Amino acid sequence: MDRLPLVISTFCFLVAFAYTVFALRKGYYRPGRRSLVLIGTGFIFQTIFLHHRGEQIGHCPLTNLFEVLIFLCWSINLLYLVVGHTYRLSLLGAFTAPLVFVIQVVALITPFDTPAQIVTHPNPWAELHAALSVIAYGAFAMAGVAGVMYLVQERQLKTHHLHSLFFLMPPITTLAIANNRLLWAGFGILTAGLFAGIMVGAPVGWIKMGWGIGMWLVYLAIICARRLGPRRIALLSLGAFLLTFPILWGVHFFVEKARILAP
Amino acid sequence: MNVICLGISHRQAAVDVRERFAVPDATLNTVIGEMSALPGIAESVIVSTCNRVEFYAASENASAGLNTLQRFLEQRSGPVTPEFYLLDGQRAINHLFRVVSGLESMVIGETEILGQVKKSYAAAAEAKATARHLNKLFQRAFNVAKEVRTKTSITRGPVSVGSATVDLAERIFGSLSSCEAMVLGAGETSELTAKALLSRGVKSIFVSNRSYDRAAALAADLKGEAIPFEEWDQRLHEIDILISSTAAPHAIVTRENLAPVMHQRPQRPLFVIDLAVPRDVEAEVNDLEGVYLYDIDSLKAIAQQGIDVRRKEVVLCEQFIERHVCEFHAWLEAGRVGPPQALPENICTRPQS
Repeated sequence: MDRLPLVISTFCFLVAFAYTVFALRKGYYRPGRRSLVLIGTGFIFQTIFLHHRGEQIGHCPLTNLFEVLIFLCWSINLLYLVVGHTYRLSLLGAFTAPLVFVIQVVALITPFDTPAQIVTHPNPWAELHAALSVIAYGAFAMAGVAGVMYLVQERQLKTHHLHSLFFLMPPITTLAIANNRLLWAGFGILTAGLFAGIMVGAPVGWIKMGWGIGMWLVYLAIICARRLGPRRIALLSLGAFLLTFPILWGVHFFVEKARILAP
Repeated sequence: MNVICLGISHRQAAVDVRERFAVPDATLNTVIGEMSALPGIAESVIVSTCNRVEFYAASENASAGLNTLQRFLEQRSGPVTPEFYLLDGQRAINHLFRVVSGLESMVIGETEILGQVKKSYAAAAEAKATARHLNKLFQRAFNVAKEVRTKTSITRGPVSVGSATVDLAERIFGSLSSCEAMVLGAGETSELTAKALLSRGVKSIFVSNRSYDRAAALAADLKGEAIPFEEWDQRLHEIDILISSTAAPHAIVTRENLAPVMHQRPQRPLFVIDLAVPRDVEAEVNDLEGVYLYDIDSLKAIAQQGIDVRRKEVVLCEQFIERHVCEFHAWLEAGRVGPPQALPENICTRPQS
């Protein structure tokens, strides 16, 4: 029953996605209120779910892979609601809705929601580290989405096959700037998250440490590679984000295995 | 009360006929005053643009009102030719709604006509030539135009080579206010394209031509800078948009020209418009990252695509208009005392679509 707000939220993203596809096919899609309302409603229900879960476990709800995925979706939406309008990237919602829908469905149907130990006095640095890290991946997800939009728009411009979507999407220059700034924002937040991790003061397993530092280095390399041009940066930001999921699952798998095998 | 319309447009009549009946701004108030004073004409609005001259009125008797208007026009400008359309009731309402929505325009879906009709209505309202019926009719017409524009794609997409160029530039750079352009070859086509870009705010324009004098003359006209033809490729790194339209028999903009320039500016795209036949720009240039090359055929194809989209949207627009016509006509009928009046078939003609 505690998952009901999450189910409602997932449904909102499905409707937002379906509406966008339908409206684009019919040719009367207008980026704006309807998808914003649906995504905003989905965000509210995500927040309600995370709030309840946090109260239940007495902890920031980032104790298992299920909660991490939902928190990631929440971060993506938060950034969309902030960034989407700042950069006039209203159509970003059309691209984030299916992403969030798929992640939430995967989270809901897979057995990732293993009960965590109730911690009575959680370490605030550890909570900050976890929350900032996931929000950083939300920013990287948005950078990946802006990258996809850039690649779609760039392909249409190169091939001269302009679909109805072409005139609704932002200029490629704006998309390249948004992609770059989201990468910088994500990198900054991830760095702050790593700093909070150092401040925890407890020993960290080499898998988690390797994952954290490895992804930090990957994104550092991407933001330092501006000379490669916006097309390659868009491809790299998309690739790096897609790489996050198998690595995240792998880290979770090995950490769990190590925990079970521990004497 | 009936709504009637007597008019002529680019669809039926050539410019020499239209200009005979046109009402210039300078005399608009006088003519509205004269029209309002006609017997049987309760309210009046005159829409006079380069493509149409239309006289709208509210009259108790549609047939008599149209006859009066016709005589008034004949006294003012000579015989009313067969190209004129005389409309009443739903047909007049439908016609006005189509006009403001851009469906009767030369370029389907253009929005300039809405501003022109608003101006005409404001002039009539200021001259106290409108009252309850035409006020309601024109307000409804403006709402219809807004609905059609926001709920359909009738205004979307370019419909000419010039608008395709400008739209593409805006899809690449967003605002053009920080963009610099270069015109290679001071021909008429490149001049028109450069002017279209300037009208959207391009920051500055360089002009280069084999004849420096022509380049200087066009640069002066465009408030730009003329550069000798031998130096155009040295200024490539400064520009965002290149318009080429020279009479050269072979390509003058090559991959070798552009590759080093693009290597120096990986974050800054270059939009290349090749309007020349034979082409001035090597097709391989489009393979360079950040370079978007469009020749005259691809621009024409994009414009044609826009026209086709708008034509398809007309059916959807007509559905919106039909609903509003029925509602407005029902409102008119509700306020009428006595049976509805119809015009004799022989004097009613519908504008050809």
